Amino acid sequence: MIAPADLIAFVYREARLLDEQRFEEWLALFAPDGRYWMPLEYGQTDRRLTASLMDEDLFLLRLRVERLKGNRTYSQKPKSRCHHVLQQPQVDVFDPAANRYVVWTAMHYVESRLDHQDLYAVWATHELTTIDGAIRIQMKRVDLVNCDAAFGSIQLFP
Amino acid sequence: MTSRYRDNPQALSALVRDAEVHRDVYIDPEIFTLEMERLFANTWVYVGHDSQVPNTGDYFGTTIGAQPVLMVRHEDSTVHVLYNRCPHKGTRITTETCGNTGRFFRCPYHAWSFRTDGSPAALPLPSGYENTPFADSQAAQGMTPVRHVHNYRGFVFARLSVDGPDFATFFGESLSSIDNMVDRSPAGRLEVAGGVLRYMHNCNWKMLVENQTDTCHPMVAHMSSAGTAIELWKRAGSQNPKPMAVEIYAPFMSPYEFFENMGIRTWDNGHGHTGVHHSIHSNYSAVPGYFEQMVAAYGEPRAKAILDENRHNTIYFPNLMVKGPIQLLRLFKPLGPDRTLVESWTFRLVDAPDFLLERTLVYNRLINAPTSVVGHDDLEMYERAQEGLHADGNPWVNLHRLYQPGETALAVDNGTTERQMRNQFRAWARYMAAEI
Ligand code: FES
Ligand SMILES: [Fe+2]
Repeated sequence: MIAPADLIAFVYREARLLDEQRFEEWLALFAPDGRYWMPLEYGQTDRRLTASLMDEDLFLLRLRVERLKGNRTYSQKPKSRCHHVLQQPQVDVFDPAANRYVVWTAMHYVESRLDHQDLYAVWATHELTTIDGAIRIQMKRVDLVNCDAAFGSIQLFP
Repeated sequence: MTSRYRDNPQALSALVRDAEVHRDVYIDPEIFTLEMERLFANTWVYVGHDSQVPNTGDYFGTTIGAQPVLMVRHEDSTVHVLYNRCPHKGTRITTETCGNTGRFFRCPYHAWSFRTDGSPAALPLPSGYENTPFADSQAAQGMTPVRHVHNYRGFVFARLSVDGPDFATFFGESLSSIDNMVDRSPAGRLEVAGGVLRYMHNCNWKMLVENQTDTCHPMVAHMSSAGTAIELWKRAGSQNPKPMAVEIYAPFMSPYEFFENMGIRTWDNGHGHTGVHHSIHSNYSAVPGYFEQMVAAYGEPRAKAILDENRHNTIYFPNLMVKGPIQLLRLFKPLGPDRTLVESWTFRLVDAPDFLLERTLVYNRLINAPTSVVGHDDLEMYERAQEGLHADGNPWVNLHRLYQPGETALAVDNGTTERQMRNQFRAWARYMAAEI
């Protein structure tokens, strides 16, 4: 049985895997049809006919992860690093009958490379489910507070 | 600061050789200032699309070079372009990037108001200006309009300078690429749709413009992204149907021969395009129902001719690129010698299936977003070049690929030539050195 505390621990652990660049373990947290979505608009509801910054299925997430390792990935020579600071995640939906859980987390995300460092304020919404008893990500929605600003490259994962 | 170029046309001309350009065109602050004055003021620069301002009073704020301007729909339904400042004390007039102002702009500072063609409407407490020479001041004229505005099939361009080439002369045959993009709508109309991606680049704007017709970089610089996409798809057993992401990424890894054979066409005044015969957009899967709509609208021969044209990137000199086959436009906005804002806009083909817009949005996200791996590949190269050009050992950038002495503007050539880059710089040098 899943308890709310497990969901909260899951979200903390997900951030840690990203900070430590343990990307294979991170990908394994997603359901097979899981997605990572970063809207372009504030309060965006549509993913199909409205542009997004990221809208990744597992194929595209794996592509990013493989690319980060690539010998000819010049934008990652040297590599970027990232850092998440999370507020206590809040469980918004806890519905074992439907196997559906939603956790909302405010966070600060830092991405750095060479002499450059960017800070993003983020609200993350994890739609979670369980598969064979393990918590899995159905959808990680990442709302940048300044989603409609002009950005330089964001190469890792808030 | 001492001026090396402003009053020295010889020094300016010497920056552009037949097939080499001096690094100062990318890194020198005075050159950037002169570009704003001489290039961006005297050419026809893209402002926006009229579908962004469909109703009377709709406005959109943007820039032409370094100049803040706004585009607005006037009462008579024409689109006007005004300098975006209040004639009183300079306050920006538009309250949001886009919105509706009704029949009047009202300055938020002291409430002077103006019609949407810029002419003065009213100001509070007018008695304060009696017995002053106010009526003779520029302020009394209202908001200053940009006089030369041309709406070409929805695409609004403006020229800041009083004198200069007219619209048709400046663009000539190059307008055929916009024609093809618009003709792909069964209704012959486009609408801006989906939202704009804005990507900040720490490099000179011309590097981006040149890169649009640089056909020798995709298989190298994008090996990391497009190459990995192909690799992953193969590893997964090349299952069909191909994921849309693979369909979009894979052509970037085409061999040199593919790009040689696609061809490049150059026109006068720095315009030109890749993909004369085919392009990376040629083999996208068919969209059910679309061809039938096109045949119904145009008849079969014309519908086929429109859809068989698969131009890759068309440069509208100085700073616009359009992709007709996927209804995408990129505007390279110069902010400084080493700073450029890239805006990537997408369009809906009116009366065509939604799926076409959906695919265009996927393309834009996968290739042009600040979160795009292909975008990361390219920006890394530009920023390295911006840094490397400061090396004193060699001040020249080389553009000799397939150069032929005495080459002219109008031509169709091997797709891997750097001819279009040379074409841009010939136009650049003409505008920069001329006493216009
Ligand atoms: S600055 Fe606009 S009314 Fe005074
Ligand atoms: Fe590229």
